[in-house]
Amino acid sequence: MIRSEILKDIAPIIRDHLVVCNIGIPSQELHAIDDQPTNFYMLGTMGLASSIGLGLALAQPKPVIAIDGDGSVLTNLGTLPTIANNVADNYILMIIDNGSYGSTGDQPTYAGKKTRLEKVAEACGCENVVTCQGEDTGKVLQAALASGKMTVIVVKCDSGNARHPVITMDPVVIRDRFMKAVQA
Amino acid sequence: MNIDKKIADDLVANDISFVTTVPCKQLAGVIEEIDARDDIFHIPSNKEDEGMGLCAGAFMGGKRPAIIMQNTAIGVTINTLATLIQYYRMPLPMIISYRGELREPVACQVEMAVHTKALLAQLNIPTYHFHWQKDVEEFDNILKYTFMCNKPVAILTDANFWGGYGDQ
Repeated sequence: MIRSEILKDIAPIIRDHLVVCNIGIPSQELHAIDDQPTNFYMLGTMGLASSIGLGLALAQPKPVIAIDGDGSVLTNLGTLPTIANNVADNYILMIIDNGSYGSTGDQPTYAGKKTRLEKVAEACGCENVVTCQGEDTGKVLQAALASGKMTVIVVKCDSGNARHPVITMDPVVIRDRFMKAVQA
Repeated sequence: MNIDKKIADDLVANDISFVTTVPCKQLAGVIEEIDARDDIFHIPSNKEDEGMGLCAGAFMGGKRPAIIMQNTAIGVTINTLATLIQYYRMPLPMIISYRGELREPVACQVEMAVHTKALLAQLNIPTYHFHWQKDVEEFDNILKYTFMCNKPVAILTDANFWGGYGDQ
């Protein structure tokens, strides 16, 4: 199972929630599968989806799901201690761990080798870390939403990308409609 | 005048309630003051680009954010400033300790100091430089300006402003 198949699976679950989606192909896939005003697409700035998601969760009460990747979390590993030490129970960080830098040509990441991000998250102090296979993502995500506890989900899946066009929506439009959805 | 208290007071008066910090010795007093304020949520960052991500999220969640960091962070955050804060047009007051300026004892700090204003100018970031204690009187206006224009704005605060570094 690859990331785009997981996103198709969970689209009915996440469409009613605030979603911060990782740069590059993940955002392109989510945009093509189920564009929603509640989706914040990152067009640049690799690594910061989890930080933006945490800031958003701490600032308001609605549930926030950050869809991140193993490569992007490795880029911003300092995010995990910050998340662990500033608990927002309306926050779910979902790391789609396909062991590769998907947007740049599927080069392997260290998470696909010896590094285990779920153990890194636990060592950083994250209290609810769940590892699952791609097929179980929807079930695990629904359980995390129902728990009302900040959760880090590491989804193990295959490397690979669906072919979708780049997002041409203006960044200020993305941000403005997202903020309106936050306030709605 | 207590500069630390004045800065925290102005932040609160401008409804800034989400502040992230990466420490600097010069900023220790203001960070301590902010941490003690009930009306400001203080969230330390491990790196300044991470902090800007937190601020972007908080802004979209309806809070007014600010970041407190050293000028060395300009070297770390150029991509984040260009592709997140500026690209999505978000306001972000950046209270920056301007290391490597007059009364600086650590020579290496000068190496980023000489690039700081040039980099900020290249990014078209409005930049203010506090050198005398009285310069803090403009802080309130700078915060209002930042949230009027939805841009990152730099406030460089040098060692002289803080009363010296290592020689106070």
